[in-house]
This record gives sequence, C-alpha cells and structure tokens, in this order.
Amino acid sequence: MSLAVSTGGWRWKEPSVIPGFGLTLGFSLVYLGLIVLLPLAALVLSAASLGWGGFWSIVLEPRTLAALRLSFLTALFAASVNAVFGLIIAWAFVRYSFPGRRILDALVDLPFALPTAVAGIALTALYAPNGPIGSLLAPLGIKVAYTPIGIVIALIFVGLPFVVRTVQPVLEDFDRELEEAAATLGASRVRTIARVMLPALTPAILTGFTLALARAVGEYGSVIFIAGNIPYVSEIAPLLIVIRLEEFNYAGATGIGAAMLLISFSLLLFIHLIQLWQRRRLTHV
Amino acid sequence: MDALVTPTREKATADLARGWSDPVDVTIDRVSKTFGTTAALHETSLKIDGGELVALLGPSGSGKTTLLRILAGLEFPDTGRILFDEEDTSKLRVQDRNIGFVFQNYALFRHMTVLDNIAFGLSARPYARRPSRGAIRERAESLLDLVQLADLGRRYPNQLSGGQRQRVAFARALAIEPRVLLLDEPFGALDAKVRKELRRWLRDIHDETGHTTLFVTHDQEEAMELADRVVVMSQGRIEQVGTPDDIYDRPSSPFVFSFIGESSVVPVAVAAGRIYLGSEALNLPACSLPQGRGQLYFRPDDVDFLGVPDGTIHGTIMVIRRSGRARLAEVWLEGVARNIEIELPANSRHKLGDSISVLPRRWRFFPA
Repeated sequence: MSLAVSTGGWRWKEPSVIPGFGLTLGFSLVYLGLIVLLPLAALVLSAASLGWGGFWSIVLEPRTLAALRLSFLTALFAASVNAVFGLIIAWAFVRYSFPGRRILDALVDLPFALPTAVAGIALTALYAPNGPIGSLLAPLGIKVAYTPIGIVIALIFVGLPFVVRTVQPVLEDFDRELEEAAATLGASRVRTIARVMLPALTPAILTGFTLALARAVGEYGSVIFIAGNIPYVSEIAPLLIVIRLEEFNYAGATGIGAAMLLISFSLLLFIHLIQLWQRRRLTHV
Repeated sequence: MDALVTPTREKATADLARGWSDPVDVTIDRVSKTFGTTAALHETSLKIDGGELVALLGPSGSGKTTLLRILAGLEFPDTGRILFDEEDTSKLRVQDRNIGFVFQNYALFRHMTVLDNIAFGLSARPYARRPSRGAIRERAESLLDLVQLADLGRRYPNQLSGGQRQRVAFARALAIEPRVLLLDEPFGALDAKVRKELRRWLRDIHDETGHTTLFVTHDQEEAMELADRVVVMSQGRIEQVGTPDDIYDRPSSPFVFSFIGESSVVPVAVAAGRIYLGSEALNLPACSLPQGRGQLYFRPDDVDFLGVPDGTIHGTIMVIRRSGRARLAEVWLEGVARNIEIELPANSRHKLGDSISVLPRRWRFFPA
C-alpha cells in the first residue's frame, strides 16, 4: 500500500488475488452508464440545446426560482428533522427493549412501501382545515395543508426510514467499552453521547440525511395533494416541470430539470466531500 | 477562559501539579454477583494493601473479570461492599469512583488525537473541579512522556501499533489521578515479544507512581512475574491468595496445583501410614495424612531418579517430547494404567522404552 503511495503514480489496478476485476468493473461501468448516465446525459443534452441564455431565462424566471427554492429548502429542512428524530428512534430501538418494539420497527419501513399518492391523500385528509388535526390547528391560526408546512410534513413522512435504517446497524455495532471507558474517566452521560458516540455515528447520520434529502428533493406524489400547489407559495419544482410538460413547453421543463440536477449534484457532492474528510480523519494510516 | 479560574479550579490545578496521590487500601467485603441463574461470583472477600500490584488469575469464566468490573462500578454486586480505605464506594456511580480502568481492547476514542484521548478525563470534570486548560495539556504531555510516546501526541489511535495503543490507554487512565488502577487483560491482544517488554514497563511505572493496581489475566507467567500477590480464581471463587512463590511452591488446592505450572497426578490410597500406588507402597513419609483414597500431586521436574523400582513410581517411557529447554517423558504406569509426565534432566540417557523409577521431592496429597 505504502509502495503505491510513495511512487506517487496512479495504477490502473492494484495486484490482487481476487479475480474478476475486469469483469466487475466493466459490468459496473456499463450498468451505471445505461441506468444512470444515459438518461441524465439526454437531459443535459436537450438542456444544452437551449443555449446559456435560454437556460438562464428559464431558471431565473421568478416562478421557477420560487419553486426551486421551495423544493430545496423544504427538503433540507425535512431531512434535518429526520436526522434528529431518526437518530432518536434508532437509539430507542437498539438500546431499549419494550413491548411492541418489533412491530414499531417494522412500521418504520411503511413509508417506503406505501404508494406516495396514498400517503399524500391521507396527510391532506388529516391536515386540511376541516380534517381531524387541521380543524384543531385552524383556531390557533396554524395552516398546515396548502402551505410549505404541509410539504415539510409530507417529506418528513417519506424520508423517515432512511436515517433510522442507516444509524441502527452502526449503533448496534457500537462498542460498549467506549461508553464504559468514558464513564470510568468521569464523563457524564450527556458528555459521553456528545463527545464519544455522536462523532462515531456522524458518518451514518450523514448518509441517512443524504438519502432522505435526495428522496425529498425528487418527491412528487405525496406532496402535490397536501401542497395545494399555489404558484410562488406551495408549488414544488417537480410539479412545475409537469405543468410545463402539460403546456407542451418541453424546453421549460428541461431547463428546470437540468437546474435541479445541477443543484442536487452539488449538494450530494458537498456532503460526500464532508464524509470523505471525516473518514480520512478516522482511518488514515 | 483561564482568567476566570475560580479558587476551586486553582486548587484542582495545583493538585494536578503535586504529583501522585497516596495509595489506597481496597477491601472487598463479601461481594457476590449472579447473572440470571448463573453465579458469576460467589461470596468473596479480599483485602489489598495500598500500593500493591495484584493479579487476578484464572481460566475464563472464573469470575475474575466480573470482580474487576464490580470494583470499577461497571457492575453492581448483589451483596457485599467495596471499600477504598474506609470509604464505602459500593453505591457510587462509575463516574464518581475515580478509577483508572484499562480495557482489554484499549477502547481508545478513534476520532480524538492521542493527546485528546489522554486529556479526556480531566476535561470531562465538572467546571468547578476542572484544572485550567494549560494544566490539563501539561499533564497530558507529561503522561505521554511517562509512557514514552512523547512525539506521538498528534497522531490518531489508528496510526499506532498495538503496544503503543496499550500505553495510551494506560496514560489516559492515569490522567484522572485515579485512586485505584484496574487493568483487564492488559497484554492480551499483543504479541509475545511486546508483551514481555510491556510487562517490565508496567512494573517500572507501578513502582514509580505507586497506585494500588489490580490486573486480570489468564496468563500465569504474566501474573507470577509481575504481581506482588496473585489471587487464583476458579468458578467464581478465590482458590488461593499468596505471593507468586506461595502459589507455585505451596498450592493449596488441586485446582491451583494443576492450573499453575506443570503437574503430574497419580491416584493413591493412604492406609496404615503408607501411601499406596496400586499395590506398591511408596517410600514417602505419610504419617500425618488422612486415611483413604486421593490424588498425589507433584511437579514433573521436581523428582529424584532412582536405580531400583521398589517403593517408587515406576513405569515405561512411551514418548519423549522437547518442550523449550526441557525434555518431557510420558511414562506409562502399568500398576494403575495411567500416563504421567516426568521432566528428564539435560544429561540423562533415558530413551524410548526404558524403565524409569522416580520419587517426588515435594508433593501434596489431596484426599478424594
């Protein structure tokens, strides 16, 4: 290993006794190319046909800007909420045993399985001003359905499993001796969690956060019912794309799509770099 | 921050600079512990003097680690008390016991540098008792010096070798000015050579800092070489407590005899002041022994070789093995249909198939 580093050169392939490098790499590249890169390339290509001026005029249109801002802000917010509460749920599942734990555990995955439209309709029915929860909140002046708050709730719902499922196994494997060591050194429970456990869990939390974020940015079905889709207020970018398509404005749809792709990619890359930096700190040899 | 040092913090800072605290006597008073339905530790009492280095030695499942964890406060005993000097610590939380505990796998914090690992305990103190930041740093650095890793403070645990990690764990435990040091299989995960070096090093540090120290081990050589006193445990009970010489030369039970060092055992019967091996009356003084059947224990290297078989343990050499500097013979005793092991002297001419007659110089009879 150190040899490869010291020569400073980059080698096509580390010598290895495990066969199949060519086959697996080739397969991975072809597969990723067909499934991921090809559609994205098509999107970029058709966006390119707009030209820079055309692209910017679509993206900078106030309604588009509002939709993009709404989509990414609600997604970030929902993913953050999920990161915090997903961690707590994972903690409860791993650390405590209580009646019904297994059933609750299975329940966490339900947002995955449910058709998103069903979730959206159910949430709308609950939070609409005449729904069971909406009617309670209405006198307090809180409107959930048909506002960004509703969108956030829908996104929290669909993103819940990600953080729970990424943190859970890491927490299960967490070495109890580390906690005991912190305790023998006199650290309080809070300090142990903050200084010893959270740093170890951060990579998993970040991964879950990223997945929840990615899911939330692209979410459509569960949101459009509860959002009310009021332009400039509660109209998300994916919906605007559909609207443009229905207007046969393919260029407009492509432009928004390309903008979303760009922003999402930058976000994911940024988070990935944070993780990389963290991993360096933990495992550099 | 340091401008705001309160009087108590000043005291904490000064205490830190003063050096090592006085060693503490540890009293284990009728402590027992049960997990589910299995008794991990039967009622156990033990007194350890201040500054002593004591080994808890036993096979796995003997309760030695349970006892250590109870001392640390990581487990709570079902009955009994733990005293540090006169103070009953049984009800104290781990955090308040002020114990230096070194875990078998070190349990270093991976995301902290070596220096931060060592400083962790002092920085974790409540504000009022926390030394100044500079003093903590100084302390961590001087400990790093003590464990001979002065240049590695900025490294992360993953960048260290096993032996280095072990020393960091040790420094981290020492940093909090512990009243007692507890080590769980401190050298268990190291290779033989490093283990030997660290053993000597631990002895030196102990003599320098003078902490009352208990360590758990299943390696008798380690226990015998390092400890002032050895506590041999088996199946949740203390079998024998004594200096390494006591334990080796005067084992008080069949378990200790066979667990420590090599031992050979023959079934014998005591009758009319003689010891009988099968039908052979052995030439051993047996006046004070109880009548009846039992086992005769002796060390394979602690025997006299005799020319005539009468009154001896005698048999035929079936196998000769080389074990380190010794040659071990497996001897078949026809009379009792059993193999025993005898260590042959370096200059002996014994070979396979020879008859051999021996009598133990020192031995013990344990009634069945």
